[in-house]
Amino acid sequence: MAPVGPRSGDAIFASGERVNAELFTLTYGAIVRQLLTDLEEVDEVNKQLDQMGYNIGIRLVDEFLAKSNVSRCVDFKETTDVIAKVGFKMFLGVSASVTNWDADGTCCSIMLDDNPLVDFVELPDTCQGLYYCNILSGVIRGALEMVSMKADVTWARDMLRGDDAFELQVKLIKQVPEEYPYKDDE
Amino acid sequence: MGREVSESCIDSLLTEMVSTYCNRFYATKPELAARRIEAIGYQVGHQLSERYTMERPRFSDHLEAIKFICKDFWSEVFKKQIDNLKTNHRGTFVLQDNRFRWLARMSVDPPTENGGLPQDPSALAENEATQLMSMYLYFPCGIIRGALSNLGISCAVSADISSLPACSFVIRIKA
Repeated sequence: MAPVGPRSGDAIFASGERVNAELFTLTYGAIVRQLLTDLEEVDEVNKQLDQMGYNIGIRLVDEFLAKSNVSRCVDFKETTDVIAKVGFKMFLGVSASVTNWDADGTCCSIMLDDNPLVDFVELPDTCQGLYYCNILSGVIRGALEMVSMKADVTWARDMLRGDDAFELQVKLIKQVPEEYPYKDDE
Repeated sequence: MGREVSESCIDSLLTEMVSTYCNRFYATKPELAARRIEAIGYQVGHQLSERYTMERPRFSDHLEAIKFICKDFWSEVFKKQIDNLKTNHRGTFVLQDNRFRWLARMSVDPPTENGGLPQDPSALAENEATQLMSMYLYFPCGIIRGALSNLGISCAVSADISSLPACSFVIRIKA
């Protein structure tokens, strides 16, 4: 068999099973609304959305690695780049880019060119303080943790809160060395 | 063709929604978890139905509305139509999807007929999986109820998975 190289996010997205984004967007919106009703506190909703994202992120990483054929990323820089360029494209069908690197290469911004989560969304005044897209930061945090990078992921800019862009700040806290050998039974 | 996302997005989101409500919020109160999941589905169905019927004349009767759910609505959401529609002509409709997409990836045996107590751990796990599956199904049941409610029809919807991977949705229209 011919050696297989990494695949582009576009190619993976195009060849995979896809669904109507409206269903996804409205489902997410309905979940946020239900959480607001059940939990009452906006901060608690932010926390739960992040937690849900984290749980999704730690599972999604397997699919990501299996479908993308990316080889081991050498560092944090390369990892965030792959998440932005391949990850966002293959799951959400949108592209993202990485900018704003700090001097020691441990903090950067992922800019979303487009964000399907917020189609048809307008937040009422009662939702001030809500990070509506917090599930996304959780997904990235979870996925990074699965490749041994512990990071803080927060929204630096959010168009639903009146900013001019969607910007996620990703800050590497520590890189955990992988443990070998893996035990087969666990 | 409108915007699309990968199927994993919706799969992951639904899995996580069910797990959040069943395992984290209402671990000991499955009936409350079920009600919340159904309510989320209801909102989604209501909004989708609003969008899909915007440029359509009103449906003349219940059967026309149900047919819309079976064909257009189901195609938009699941990329296929309902395979079989039955009715008793007294307000009950049974919509069967021979391979319901949201269950297709779950591998669980149908619930046993005798209903005896599970005897070994694998049977217990199976039982749990069946429970989880019925939790999932509150979501599409809610979607159908929400969609019909938007069309002015109030009803109760339940799901029957006795012949997996087929899934039947039973709609009982309230008089």
